[in-house]
Amino acid sequence: MWQQQQFDCIVVGGGPAGTTFAQVASRGGLSVLVLEKDRDIGMPVRCGEAISDKGLRYFHDPDPRWIQSTIDRIKLTAPNGTEIEFDLNDKGYILDRRIFDYDLAHMAVQEGAMVVTKAYVNGLIIDNDMVCGVKGNYLNTPFEIQAKFVIGADGVESRVGRWGGLRTQVKLKDMESGIQKTVSGIEVQSNKFEFYLSREWAPGGYLWVFPKGNKSANIGLAISGYYAKEGKSAQKFLDEFLQWKYPECSVLTTVVGGIPVDKTLKCMVADGLMLVGDAAHTVNPMTGGGISSGMMSGMAAAETAIELLHNKKEPTRANLNSYEKKWRKLRGKKHEKYYRIKEAIFRFDDDDLNRIADGIAAVKEEDRSLRKLFSIAVSKKPTLLIDVMRLFTGL
Amino acid sequence: MIQIEGNKCDFCGCCVGVCPVDCIEVMESIIEIDDEICIDCDLCVFICPIDVLSSVATATI
Repeated sequence: MWQQQQFDCIVVGGGPAGTTFAQVASRGGLSVLVLEKDRDIGMPVRCGEAISDKGLRYFHDPDPRWIQSTIDRIKLTAPNGTEIEFDLNDKGYILDRRIFDYDLAHMAVQEGAMVVTKAYVNGLIIDNDMVCGVKGNYLNTPFEIQAKFVIGADGVESRVGRWGGLRTQVKLKDMESGIQKTVSGIEVQSNKFEFYLSREWAPGGYLWVFPKGNKSANIGLAISGYYAKEGKSAQKFLDEFLQWKYPECSVLTTVVGGIPVDKTLKCMVADGLMLVGDAAHTVNPMTGGGISSGMMSGMAAAETAIELLHNKKEPTRANLNSYEKKWRKLRGKKHEKYYRIKEAIFRFDDDDLNRIADGIAAVKEEDRSLRKLFSIAVSKKPTLLIDVMRLFTGL
Repeated sequence: MIQIEGNKCDFCGCCVGVCPVDCIEVMESIIEIDDEICIDCDLCVFICPIDVLSSVATATI
């Protein structure tokens, strides 16, 4: 029984970051236990399910079973209704996270990891300030298990980090309040991401229509906690949009969740503890995408665990620092830039967005690119350049 | 004090993520708030995507 065993690593949370850690660490020869509190891996889905081809291929060749739609085009709708379309340089996918997450867990098990569902972790075992295991409850029976490394992959809640003394709380302005409905019976183009930008539709965030096969789509939005404070919930914004745009649609699923659009935690590790994925705030703060970056943090943490164990080094905070360094090199530094850009864009009101959209609409489609988009944004709102420069130089 | 409409909750945990005092516990289909620890900051009320939480004034003696 797993409750009586000792493991090199215990991972709390069976999402992509946790199971990627488990797969890589197991392949490196470590014994790994993954504890998932829900009854199913991959359920309930808490995600828009979009990932870039590049992000996915970094880890796995895309399996057709995971993919609901392949996207090669994008459409942005401005507050005044101006629509801008262009082709994506890197294609993207809408995944079926239920199948994808399940397969990631299966791959980890194939490498030798053990995965347990319905296992609720409610505390850490801490000895002389060193995290050395977890406490929890499985089918109404308490358990305590020791491990050399504990990995907090417990998502936006990130309680494992708090118990280990890390400051994981997300500031209200850096938390997006999200809701998504999978709807059926609507006309959508299956190769196109659609985004709606306006404070009327999704203040401090955006609204998305992600096609999901035949006449179906994930339609969702995220609003900044900063605006959520005004009293209108994400659900009310989405219901209004659906009523306006797709009044006849059928809603097959509703998922909700918080998206931490923050810089990565300054401190991702404590003695005996590493945080990965949303728990460490590894989501891309500009786009809110977090699948591949979460997996990347899981991989980096696993490589660190393998190195330390093989070199017979203790998992002290100082030694685990190599995980933080790896992460910053892989994505962390970029995310700091994206965060600053997000902060600048956050100040745009609908008039700014309309001016920018009208400027881009005047450019021939073949000449449109992100660089062009940015230069138009600056010419239509010159203070953006000052904002961005100030933010980049830290003034 | 925070009131929970339990049957509306989707147990997404985004309230836990913003709570400054870690007084919210979300298990698979259970949500609990420890009123002894709660400081009535209402951040959880603001961030909830589906209006499950509401702030209730408590009488003081």
